[in-house]
Amino acid sequence: METHLLPPPSTIPPTLLSEIKTGIWQSMVIASLRHYTIGFVVGSFLGVTLGVAVALFARVEAGQAWLARVLRPIPPLAWIPFAIIWFGITETAAAFIISIGIFWINYFTAMGAVQAVDKDLIEVARAFGHRSFPALLRKVILPGAAPGILSGLRAGLGQGWMTVVAAELFGIEGIGQRMMEASGLLATEVVVLYMFSIALLYGVSDYVFVLIQQRILAWQR
Amino acid sequence: MAKVIETRDLAVAFGKGDSPNIVFRHLNIAIEEGEFVTLVGVSGAGKSTLLRVIADLIPAYEGSVKVETEPDPGSRPIAMVFQAALLMPWRKIDANVALGLEGINVPEALKKERVERTLALVGLGDYGERWPYQLSGGQRQRIGIARALAVEPDILLMDEPFGALDAITRTALQDELLRIWRETRKSILFVTHDIEEAVYLGDRVLLLGDQPAHIVAEYPIAIDRTERRESEAFLKKVDEVKAGLEKAIALTNSGDRSA
Ligand SMILES: Nc1ncnc2c1ncn2[C@@H]1O[C@H](COP(=O)(O)OP(=O)(O)OP(=O)(O)O)[C@@H](O)[C@H]1O
Ligand SMILES: [Mg+2]
Repeated sequence: METHLLPPPSTIPPTLLSEIKTGIWQSMVIASLRHYTIGFVVGSFLGVTLGVAVALFARVEAGQAWLARVLRPIPPLAWIPFAIIWFGITETAAAFIISIGIFWINYFTAMGAVQAVDKDLIEVARAFGHRSFPALLRKVILPGAAPGILSGLRAGLGQGWMTVVAAELFGIEGIGQRMMEASGLLATEVVVLYMFSIALLYGVSDYVFVLIQQRILAWQR
Repeated sequence: MAKVIETRDLAVAFGKGDSPNIVFRHLNIAIEEGEFVTLVGVSGAGKSTLLRVIADLIPAYEGSVKVETEPDPGSRPIAMVFQAALLMPWRKIDANVALGLEGINVPEALKKERVERTLALVGLGDYGERWPYQLSGGQRQRIGIARALAVEPDILLMDEPFGALDAITRTALQDELLRIWRETRKSILFVTHDIEEAVYLGDRVLLLGDQPAHIVAEYPIAIDRTERRESEAFLKKVDEVKAGLEKAIALTNSGDRSA
């Protein structure tokens, strides 16, 4: 077999065709999308919720600081053995790994976004009769933190794809597994095909996300 | 006449711990129902702070604030116009004006009508659908006024509401405010740096001194409002208040030196 530094571009379309014909491409993409989506939703939800909560309650904030300092630097991949012990070789394990990186991004951006909400606007809301915590949350804190929270979600969107491949390295079906297989055979054109596939999926999801973001943040100049 | 606002030996402090920063001390003011009181004073004396403690946005450190109004389900007892417009950037203009109407017992249609009416009142009737960033500073300030008027408060606290406006708009809004006040008999506490404005609008001008602040002088304005702006008596009163303020500033500065 002839090996190149990079496979010639002309090899990609036929590779794609054959991967599609055998149905491998579709099932790998769908499987990865599933891990990715679950990981993204769970990681984002928990990250935003806890980040907001910690910013709101000073006592929690003090308690979490050291916990976060200890856990934050651990790379998502270091959790793989635990993911396997806890969840087995399952989709849940892959989704768990993916969610970790997304969680931290959202956790810190949401916390910062809430802390940066204009205190004067909270005072305005109180002056106009909205003094309960839920009312302040709904009328000032969440809308005020929305730009920050949304940019955290967007960063997580990319971070998630970066960990998809790694999360599938230990035998869970998906793009990562297929890439691993192919690199073992030095079938670089297959590897590159899936690299492009990931780029495409990320590109589309990021594009759609930005459209939604612009709608929500129409009030920004 | 009944007092709607009364402070007793009021002090407000910022910062916790052993040495809080006391803004004013032993502050005693009273505002009668339906009275229009203007408040002038050195910058940093605590005028905004006084409005905030009356509006129950910050606590009293010593003494007390008593606010007595007859609650009407379709309005709020107190509304405040802030020194900076402080609109919520994520709400369109009409939603900003409606902020205080949310949660009070008025039919939706009536709320909408009130928003439109108050917007027209400040000369921005066509701006309801815009975002705050699309307005000028003075326009935003006027939306801040509309937001307070929309809740039809018994007590209106206004913190330099016309500070960012050109002379013509300012004069027009002063007269508009006087008309609203006459028609609705609100009690108004109005902070300004413009002494002519203070004397033109007020039944009474209060002068707030510094270090720590207290009311240093009180000037009842017994000139008929149609006679203000130009009359001899008006100009004399303006000079009198100006002299009082200058004296307060001189005192503040000498206080700084000895400190
Ligand atoms: N949140 C705060 N924390 C600490 N000090 C404060 C705070 N808010 C106001 N102060 C201080 O309280 C004093 C009074 O402030 P305030 O805003 O009431 O002044 P003011 O009379 O309205 O001044 P101006 O005419 O410039 O608006 C000032 O010395 C200010 O530094
Ligand atoms: Mg002020």
